[in-house]
Parts: sequence; C-alpha cells; structure tokens
Amino acid sequence: MGRQILIDPVTRLEGHAKITLHLDDQGAVEAAQFHVTQLRGFEKFCEGRRFLEMPYLMSRICGICPVSHLIASAKACDAILAVSIPETAAQLRRVMNLAQVVQSHALSFFYLSSPDLLLGMDADPVKRHLFGVAETHPMLARDGVGLRQFGQQIIETLGGRRIHPGWVIPGGVAGPLSTENRDRILAGIPEALNRTQRTLDWFKRTIETFREEIRTFANFPSMFLGLVGAEGELETYDGRLRIVDESGSIVQDGIDPLRYAEFIGEAAEPWTYMKFPYYKPAGREHGFYRVGPLARLNIVTRCGTARADQELAEFRELRRGAILSSFHYHYARLIEILHGIEKIEELLSNPKILSKDVRAVAEANRREGIGVAEAPRGTLIHHYEIDDEGLITWANLIIATGHNNLAMNRGILQAARHYVSGNHVSEGMLNRVEAVIRTFDPCLSCSTHALGQMPFKIQIIGRDGVLVRELRRD
Amino acid sequence: MNRVRLATVWLDGCSGCHMSLLDMDERLLDLADRVELVYSPLVDHKEYPEDVDLVLVEGSVSSEEDLHKIRKIRRQSKILISLGDCAVTGNVPAMRNPFKTAEVLRRVYVENVSVESPTPNQVVPALLARVRPVHEVVPVDVFVPGCPPSADTIFWTLTELLEGRRPDLTGKTRFGA
Ligand code: SF4
Repeated sequence: MGRQILIDPVTRLEGHAKITLHLDDQGAVEAAQFHVTQLRGFEKFCEGRRFLEMPYLMSRICGICPVSHLIASAKACDAILAVSIPETAAQLRRVMNLAQVVQSHALSFFYLSSPDLLLGMDADPVKRHLFGVAETHPMLARDGVGLRQFGQQIIETLGGRRIHPGWVIPGGVAGPLSTENRDRILAGIPEALNRTQRTLDWFKRTIETFREEIRTFANFPSMFLGLVGAEGELETYDGRLRIVDESGSIVQDGIDPLRYAEFIGEAAEPWTYMKFPYYKPAGREHGFYRVGPLARLNIVTRCGTARADQELAEFRELRRGAILSSFHYHYARLIEILHGIEKIEELLSNPKILSKDVRAVAEANRREGIGVAEAPRGTLIHHYEIDDEGLITWANLIIATGHNNLAMNRGILQAARHYVSGNHVSEGMLNRVEAVIRTFDPCLSCSTHALGQMPFKIQIIGRDGVLVRELRRD
Repeated sequence: MNRVRLATVWLDGCSGCHMSLLDMDERLLDLADRVELVYSPLVDHKEYPEDVDLVLVEGSVSSEEDLHKIRKIRRQSKILISLGDCAVTGNVPAMRNPFKTAEVLRRVYVENVSVESPTPNQVVPALLARVRPVHEVVPVDVFVPGCPPSADTIFWTLTELLEGRRPDLTGKTRFGA
C-alpha cells in the first residue's frame, strides 16, 4: 500500500467530507477518494408517517435548499393525490424555487468560493474567507450578502419564513400572493440585477488568471443531465430530462422524469456514505455524467430570458461542444442567478400570479408518487409508496449532489495529479484540491440524506502504509 | 480590543441553523469587528482551536465522529451553545432511533441500489445506535430552540453573550420556530 494524504475536513463546503490521496513510491498521486461521512436515514425513518407530512419533514434534509425538497416532495404527493394543481400554484412554486437558486448560488459563489477567486488559492488560510473578502473587496462582499438576502427575502415573503417554510404543500401552496407582497419583491429586482451584472463582469475579466485551474479542475468529457422546458429552455420546476454528451449532442431527450429508474442506477462504495448514481444504459463503468448549473447550461437550447441568453452566448464561446471544466460551474452559477432574477420578474409581472386559486384538495388516490425538480445543485428526485392508510411504506431519494459523485472523485484525482507531489506538499496545493470540490458546490447534508454527514480530511499515506501528512477539520 | 473567539460547528443537522446564522446578512459582516471566527464551515482552520470563547453547535450527536468532536469541543471552549432543535432535542436525526442502524443501512445500500454494492464501513464513522441531543453527551451552557431559530434570535443571543450576559430566551423562540 502506498502513502496517503488526508485532508480532513474539506473546508468552506456545505457539509462534512474528507479527501484521501494515495501516492505511489515516487510520491505521485495515483488515486483519490472523496469521503462523505454523514448518513441520516430519511429513506427509512419516514416509514409509517403520513404522506401529507412529507414536504415538511423532507425539507429538513437540507437547510440550504429546503425549497427544492419541499417542491420535489410536494410534487410526489400531488401524484399520490392524483391532482393537477392550479396554474398559479405552480407558478408560485416556480418563483420560490428560483429565489432559492439565487440565494444558494450566492452562498456558493460569494461566501464559499470567492475567497479563493479574489484572495487567491495560495492566500493565507487565516484570511481566506468571506470576512477577508469584505476587508479587501467590500463591494463584492456586500453584493454577495445582498443577493443571498434577495433570494431569502422572497422565500420569506411567500412562505412566512426564510428556512423551512411550510408553504409548499401537497396540492399547491398554502396561500395566495398579495399585490403588496408582489410589488415588494419586484422593487428589489433592479438592484439584484445590478449586483449580478457587476459580479459577472468582474468574473469574466478574472477568468484569464485561472487558466491552470480551468485546465485541471475536473476538466474531462462526461455526459450532462437535467430538466429542460418544452422548448428546450432552462427550467427548474418542471420539464423533461435531457442528456447531452461532451460534444453537446443529445443522447436522450424528452424523457418523462417519472421514468427516472430506467435511466439512473445507483451503486455504493465502502469508503463513503454518498452513493454513486450512473446512467444505466451505459452501465456503471461508463455511465458517468454531471448535473447542476454547468450541466444545465450545457443541455439547454437557451435560457429563455434576455440578459441570461446574451451571457449564455458568450459562455458558449469558451469551447465548441459542451463546456467541460468544472471550474466553470462558478461562471454558470452567475448566469443562472441572472436568469433567476429575470424569470422571477417575468412571472410576477403576469397578473394571474395574484389569483386566489392556489390549491387542489383531494384524498390519496394512488399508492405511489414521484416528484422531480431541479435543485440549485441539479436534478432532485423524491419517490414514495404508501399503504391504505396513507402511511409511507418506502421512499427513495436521489439527491442533486449525488449525481456528481463520480465526477467529484475523478476531479480531485485530476487536480491532485497536477498540483500535488508527495515529496513537497503545500497548503495552497491542497486548497486547490478542495477548491475542485467547491466548484461542484456539493451539499453534503443533502447527499447523505440517507443517514450521514461529511467531514473533510486529506490524508497522505505512503506505500508502506505510513501516514505522511494529514489535514483535517473535526 | 481583544476580539471574542467564536466557533461554529455542524454535527448531524441539515445546515439550516447555520443558514439562519447567515441570515443575519450585513449584521454578520459588522460582527467581524467584535468576534474572530476561529473555526467554522465558513473558514479554513482544520483543527478545533484550544481556547474558544463561544461555540455554536448545530445538530445532534449521531456518529462516532460526532461523539469524538463534541467532547473535544467541550474541553476546548468556555461557553457552549446548543443551536436549534437537533442539538437541543435530537429532533429530525433522532427520528431514526426507533429503527436499528442496520435497517437504515439496509434500506439505503441494499434495497435502494441498482447493482449489488458494499455497505460503507471504511473511513466513514460508524453510526451510533441512538442519536442523542448534545446535552446528553456534554454539559451545555445555553439552549436556543427552533428549527431553525430565526436570525434575529441568533443575533440577540450572540449580542447578549458578547456583552457578558447569559441570555434568557424565554418567549424569544420556541421548538420548531
Ligand atoms: S434544528 Fe432544524 S434547521 Fe437546525 S439543523 Fe436541525 S433540522 Fe436543520
């Protein structure tokens, strides 16, 4: 057995994880593992509970993207009720999901990754955080805080609270939107657009200085998967699954997400609680794909809003075919923030959004329901079965971050091979390995919904089995 | 002025309590003048420091690793705050307590996979048979219920502690708030 480097925990990450790098005799990295160390058991402990309770319970999978869980769960419950919910309810859910995309992307970009981008991958770790950014780049830090706040306030305005609002319910939403609240949200749009545009302009100027990272941060061919709307546009609430390959060619299109189990398989490894979904038709070895902002911008025909489409056109000039470097998840995230704000404005500008008809009422009419939506981090699937009493007997959840598990593992291997040599390991090198994970913005309380938690640890262990170096947070 | 050394940790929670902390928005940046964040998912310190003044703990104690962490945290911190219902009561993570961990693992890694797979048992910490609230494992100084407690509640609690007072949260928050 070779030497290992252990990074524990991976910091500036939404959850608990460690990384092990395995070195050969020459000190070159030959394997890398990303360990998620939390497991929580939602798929099991929901058993015996009433299905109507699920959105409220399942949103506790994740405090960062609770709205996506509320929505996927409520959609699975809509299917059990066998109702089609009022159009306004669907649009209001859509607004809330977009608001969450904005706030969650802002968290990832500004709070977690901007310290690497602004202060540098090799900056003093003692200063390499949001507060350090606030000292040197106060405007950017305040834009980040402001954008996250913009999204969170919309969620609060609609649902009464920022985190775990109980407002998205089976059959629709709990209450209509008032004119006053609509206007309050609309009033915040221009500033949010300015903040986003300012950041995008800065980011595009800065990209040049990250050429090496772009080349080595999970930059490889893969398929990309996500939902698209009827016209192939960017869609986070509904739609059909589309899969493209690295050339950008469509592999599958128009798949009803209810058929997910035909296309997505799940496997596990002994060294992580996070499972490994794969594209079933290609098999476990080759069925490797990515989801989330980068994937969505790779699969869509267009965003469907003016400014975001302009940015998308520029984004696509980066490469012919699909954009392959995971570093560009950051870029894609900013374009999605822009799209989210524009789309919220569009949806709220339709007078029908104020309709009082926001809920369909029914009893359970089916024994099974599947709900699918795009969470900030990718495609999210909730699947439930109930008994005659309406009590849950079985649940399966496929969480956005999980889809990227194979890509994250290969990504850290690629970056570690490039940056890390066991004979001389610097903090900045290891920070780059962590930064690869940050591009994916994994949400680890989510991905280990099953029953777990993800601490971050990097271990360097020698062939003789001796621990060379360990970086950990516990 | 010496800044107060603040830490925030995640045990088994959903990160919602941490998100509520961030919901202080600009107040968070302003707080930077008075506190130094010495350990947190938001900063890069890999080791829990020796001499922490205040620590906010989110989540319950669910794995061997949580157990190890919380003991160390208690030893190395002056004031320990149980933040949110998971830390205070066990809340959602403790809902697995009526089931055996083997049943939970079986659902996830045996029933809900498409190809035969191993059940994780290397590197990852073992799950405890019973999820426990923080105060069952180590003494807790301040309890802040809520799922999550609101940003205002967290801000008020922190401000009181920074002023050297023990916050009385009666009427300020509640379970599930
Ligand atoms: S108390 Fe609620 S918000 Fe906080 S970690 Fe637990 S489930 Fe999440």
